[in-house]
Amino acid sequence: MKKIIQVGNKGPRVRSDCFITLSLEETGGRQIRLESKVKALFGDIIIKDTESILDFFNIEHCSLHIEDSGSLPFVLAARLEAAIKALLKSDKEYLPLLIEENRYQTTKNQNRFSRLYLPGNTPSLMINAGIHKPDGVILDLEDAVAHDKKQEARFLVRNTLRQLDFYGAERMVRINQVPGGLDDLEFIVPHNVNLILVPKCEHAEQVHQVNKRIKAIKEKSAIKGNIWLMPIIESALGVINAYEIASAAENVVSLAIGLEDYTADLGTSRTNEGTESFFARSRVVVACRAAGIQPIDSVFSDVSDMEALKENVLRSKALGFDGMGCIHPRQIRVIHDNFAPQQKEIDKAKKIVNAFMEAQEKGLGVVSLGTKMIDAPVVKRAQNTINLAVNMGKLSKNWRNEE
Amino acid sequence: MMKKYDKLERNAIGRMVPTIINGREHVPFQGVGKFRPTGRKAAPLIATCADYPDDGNKLVESLREALVKSGLKDGMTISTHHHFRNGDLIANQIFDIAHDLGVRDLRWYPSASFPCHEHLIKYLEDGTINRIEGSMNGPLGKFCSEGNMKGMGVLRSHGGRYQAVQDGDVHIDVAVIAAPTADAFGNANGVDGPAACGLLGFALADSQYADRVIVVTDNLVPFPCIPWQIHGNYVDYTVKVDQVGIPEKIISGTTRITKSPDRLLMAEMTAEFCDQAGIIKDGFSYQAGAGGTALSIGNYFADLMRERGVKARFIRAGSNKYPVQMLEEGLVDYILDGQTFDLEGVRSMRENPGHINTSPFTSYNYHGKGNFSTMVDVVILGATEVDVNFNANVVTHSDGYLLHGMGGWQNCLFSKCTILPIPLFRDRIPVIKDEVTTICGPGELIDVIVTERGIAINPLRKDLIEKLKNTDLPVKTIEELKDEAEKICGVPPKPELDDELVAVIKWVDGTIIDAVRKVKTS
Repeated sequence: MKKIIQVGNKGPRVRSDCFITLSLEETGGRQIRLESKVKALFGDIIIKDTESILDFFNIEHCSLHIEDSGSLPFVLAARLEAAIKALLKSDKEYLPLLIEENRYQTTKNQNRFSRLYLPGNTPSLMINAGIHKPDGVILDLEDAVAHDKKQEARFLVRNTLRQLDFYGAERMVRINQVPGGLDDLEFIVPHNVNLILVPKCEHAEQVHQVNKRIKAIKEKSAIKGNIWLMPIIESALGVINAYEIASAAENVVSLAIGLEDYTADLGTSRTNEGTESFFARSRVVVACRAAGIQPIDSVFSDVSDMEALKENVLRSKALGFDGMGCIHPRQIRVIHDNFAPQQKEIDKAKKIVNAFMEAQEKGLGVVSLGTKMIDAPVVKRAQNTINLAVNMGKLSKNWRNEE
Repeated sequence: MMKKYDKLERNAIGRMVPTIINGREHVPFQGVGKFRPTGRKAAPLIATCADYPDDGNKLVESLREALVKSGLKDGMTISTHHHFRNGDLIANQIFDIAHDLGVRDLRWYPSASFPCHEHLIKYLEDGTINRIEGSMNGPLGKFCSEGNMKGMGVLRSHGGRYQAVQDGDVHIDVAVIAAPTADAFGNANGVDGPAACGLLGFALADSQYADRVIVVTDNLVPFPCIPWQIHGNYVDYTVKVDQVGIPEKIISGTTRITKSPDRLLMAEMTAEFCDQAGIIKDGFSYQAGAGGTALSIGNYFADLMRERGVKARFIRAGSNKYPVQMLEEGLVDYILDGQTFDLEGVRSMRENPGHINTSPFTSYNYHGKGNFSTMVDVVILGATEVDVNFNANVVTHSDGYLLHGMGGWQNCLFSKCTILPIPLFRDRIPVIKDEVTTICGPGELIDVIVTERGIAINPLRKDLIEKLKNTDLPVKTIEELKDEAEKICGVPPKPELDDELVAVIKWVDGTIIDAVRKVKTS
């Protein structure tokens, strides 16, 4: 029987996506049927783009039905390629341009206050994600994608990495659990992904496996540049092995903790107070600090309660975390505002840094503020606070000259 | 048969528009404030008390009897108001009766139409109704766009509708005013009764200028009906019916704060822009519509006002519970309200002396000795498209379909600062074009476009540009915004439209600013 493949999403609530029904035929040429809410304007362009993808894969005879809800070109291309490759074997990839805006690299210690989860198979949620200015976006191939949609999501995430401008946010992908998730890497490593989240990490070995595959792909595709890793600790065993994982490789920049799975593993459930996860969170923070990397907290799932989120952020910061995940753009501001140094901290840091600078200018070996001696780590922490405040626009770069 | 339109001319904004429409001469748009008609306004017939009952009881048996007594006949103009929005039960009945009586070629002159009026398509098809002169939403807009209406559609702003009646451009033969509460003399209001809709301001011109005026109510009270926004002294007949409107459908669908993070961001940017432009200060005034984005802008204004301890003098509305909360909290002295969008708005108008009903005469009529619209500090409006010269469209979509009315949109453009918050693209369709499909408002009156990816200030507003010189808001040129959208979406070709015209857009002074072309249906 002839195989018919269906890829993508449709329905009254679906936007910026398309649904493809494709079968390959022996004869009859290309039978293309397009339904699109933007047909009056883009109908001809969509057909032309479709034809060139079919040309690329040498498909002469097919029956193709496109139900389009205003998809951008890279979404249409991803859907079509996923459908084609479900029907024929091909090593060729129909790659849209890696736009200039997406060629940036990120650094090991940059701010990671907020990282916004985006379901990897839902274009409408990705398109405007960058305008909300999260520190990072996570294109999620794991829990946010239904099992039967995993393969098509890979093409969409790949094209998204190449085409969609996130306006400077760190471009992250959460792969599936290792070992299955290793195959996701083929779809992201060559496309300038900045950071990869490794879910349900329990051993350093999983990090090594990911790095081994990354290395192989980089060599094959002649790619340079750093790809950072953020393993996610989501189980009792992961918590116990946190330091081993945190120090597993040079490119591990942070550990995140995932509390939904962790509390399930413990046989308890999550509360807003978080007593049940206190040990795990603390242990992850300590492991990260010991390894010199950033501890990142779990997401807060009540997207309507900004007050509770704020309390959660303040608790998280007090525990020593450097950031947390978010699942809704409106959470970003609250997370930034509350992880950011508060005015009292900034004022104190300014005094310390001033005292340090003055001591240096005077050639003094000892820094003191009033009657108190100030140790080097205190100065360093104050300088970090100042840098953060400057980065976040809470303090002028020239603050010393302006006062 | 009368030609739908004739004698095309290029108007002052570069559009080819007909100067003869439905057999009557019209003036092409000449520029903002350029057309100055002289002479006297239209006047209604002189009536004599001797012809009306001394006991004030003008009740007749039915709407049918009232229409017959009003002398309903072929070619007449019938007017209705839209305060019941999608819950209107009367307009459809009028034309059922007209059809039953075999009357033809009527002109329907509503202040707006809604999807509930899809019922009338069969009468547009069979010739009972020749044309609609008023906003055409949804199914009626589609019907008109596809060239199916016998006469030419004429779209006017709320102020333009009053102006057309007042200036004698449109003569109403029979006005039917559905009223939530009335007495037998014809005094009527919108705040009381089971179908309370707030006010009846859109029916003011109809009551003052129509040859015959019929008030229909389901809540008949003994004289006097107080308050009496519509005066019975204008009314010929009153009719009692079982139900005049469906209250739950009177409520506009867009009266909730948006939950869309993208729209909230635009709302926040708009409020921030107003703040940085120095608009949010003691005694200021604003108007924001009923859309989710506009409502949340009002909320952000309220936050800023609380923070600063400043108070607005008035809000021009379209009211619903959000401005009402502000009024009750003391953040604003008055709501000057043209239509209520929810039951909280109705309640407030009934109870709060600071919540004032207005009419298109007081707020919008361009041929008056001034109106409120120029005194508003900032107005937030929508648009389907904007072009690089800031000309904007609110009636047609980029595929050419006529799908929205204009409401008070054109009138509001005269505020001190007009801001359009609009997404840079909808689905795949860029909102900023080289040329809009239909010009409803000239760019010189549109000051700021706020999109989620940047803000463009009209180069004519050097003062605003100066004020925002050192802003951290993403101020860009409109061309930059257009390029940004096209980079994401691709450049859409212009849709192919038919040469035939199906409707015209009137400017606030009664001149023709643009024409709507027929959509090609293949």
